[in-house]
Amino acid sequence: MSLRIVVCVKYVPDATGDRHFADDLTVDRDDVDGLLSELDEYAVEQALQIAEEADEAEVTVLTVGPEDARDALRKALSMGADKAVHVEDDDLHGTDVMGTSLVLAKAIEKAGYDLVITGMASTDGTMGVLPAILAERLGVPQVTLLSEVKVEDGTVTGRRDGDTASEQLEASLPALVSVTDQSGEARYPSFKGIMAAKKKPVESWDLSDLDVEAEEVGLEGSWTAVDSAAQRPARTAGTIVKDEGEGGKQLAEFLAGQKFI
Amino acid sequence: MAEVLVYVDHVDGAVRKPTLELLTLARRIGEPVAVALGAGAADTAATLAEHGAVKVLTADAPEFADYLVVPKVDALQAAYEAVSPAAVLVPSSAEGKEIAARLAVRIGSGIITDAVDLEAGDEGPVATQSAFAASFTTKSRVSKGTPVITVKPNSAPVEAAPAAGAVEALSVTFGALATGTKVVARTPRESTGRPELTEAAIVVSGGRGVNGAENFSIIEALADSLGAAVGASRAAVDAGWYPHTNQVGQTGKSVSPQLYIASGISGAIQHRAGMQTSKTIVAINKDAEAPIFDLVDYGVVGDLFQVVPQLTDEIKARKG
Repeated sequence: MSLRIVVCVKYVPDATGDRHFADDLTVDRDDVDGLLSELDEYAVEQALQIAEEADEAEVTVLTVGPEDARDALRKALSMGADKAVHVEDDDLHGTDVMGTSLVLAKAIEKAGYDLVITGMASTDGTMGVLPAILAERLGVPQVTLLSEVKVEDGTVTGRRDGDTASEQLEASLPALVSVTDQSGEARYPSFKGIMAAKKKPVESWDLSDLDVEAEEVGLEGSWTAVDSAAQRPARTAGTIVKDEGEGGKQLAEFLAGQKFI
Repeated sequence: MAEVLVYVDHVDGAVRKPTLELLTLARRIGEPVAVALGAGAADTAATLAEHGAVKVLTADAPEFADYLVVPKVDALQAAYEAVSPAAVLVPSSAEGKEIAARLAVRIGSGIITDAVDLEAGDEGPVATQSAFAASFTTKSRVSKGTPVITVKPNSAPVEAAPAAGAVEALSVTFGALATGTKVVARTPRESTGRPELTEAAIVVSGGRGVNGAENFSIIEALADSLGAAVGASRAAVDAGWYPHTNQVGQTGKSVSPQLYIASGISGAIQHRAGMQTSKTIVAINKDAEAPIFDLVDYGVVGDLFQVVPQLTDEIKARKG
């Protein structure tokens, strides 16, 4: 039987751009170029490697986001994913992690899955909680923050490197996995891959396809509220000295003046 | 007065510092009730009482160590149902965030992660967060359910505030999902004897300019002269010079110490995201144009192989 892998990816504003908030305090997506979140490339990579090891497998990439988010799906398809699902709906603007996870869970169930793979966090919101929430919503084992992952005989195993210990984990499929940036370099799309991606199917679903009500998502349906966002004041210019042989001592003098020594 | 649940991060009964900081914040909102799970849970009570816990709910069972995250969610949910708190506070560790998030879904509550400050407000606790590589500061609230908030280390002072700290056994029934992910082996990290990176008052980091694993000894020597933790930039970690657990930046740890010393680090956005909120920032870099110098309170343009050892010697001499 074919191993059905669904990879959740996010289209995010480029972290090297001048990111800011829109007037409604949602992430501004108009003034900064978007792209597939770097941390999700690792998820796509591991999905492809697992699929290559399996007898038969199908990799579906899934995103929830505005029209431009299709770019993130294209990138994943050109890396080698088989097909894509784009959940797009005007009512989704301003949805928080609870709403997004609800939509993703419904879409994953509709697509059908044995294994869900995500990155460790997005590079814009950076909460890092979506994988755990998704596992809770789907009611499947959570095998998260893996720097190594393997699927064999209906079992997923992996290594989770934590602050105090490194753990070897094991769970039966269906399961949800998240991988870190330590899981292995993501491949670059080949020219052939880019050409092939143009012919791969991208399905488009809206909220009614998923039986999600508009009130459950969007800014109004959000379970959290941002009251204000202020640009951090630029740090005041510090003292910069050129080392003429006494730089270490000068620095020590500064640290002593600040009572660090 | 409303009760506030505080999830306790401890190692065999030794309470980690971020939990004590949470107690300081919890006291701004209500009366802290601590929840300690696993081996040594009851041993946490004295320390927690000393810092303001009116009650300490404890539970121990093999499931907490043998299975990932979910048994702890079951226990925290049991505590939530027993106490009906005004808010639930959890330390922002990788595991803490996962526990908090799953609890939030179960109890139908919104979640705020990585708060750096917390105050009482008319419509519930107001959390301060950093966004976009710490270039913005936001204030947020949970608008549905009981606020579940995870708080980053170094967000509040540890304060002595003696309270009763009465220990009560928490009764926990594990659900079907609790045993879904088995921990088949656990290798504890070797202790370096240095402070934990995210909790340290001083962090000394090395980057590409350190130019080799063997050269990290000069960064470690400087760190040890100050009693500091050692960090590394992504470039240094990707090159295999220093372990990933010490990486500071967007895909590593985010730190906010009193003093951050960056050596041979250019200051790319990936790194700034993890250290920009440090109180005092110092950099040593041979490139006068490196973006790290835009952040510093004091910078030395020079060869770190000259400057860092001289600094270490000078610190040792001054400390006598």
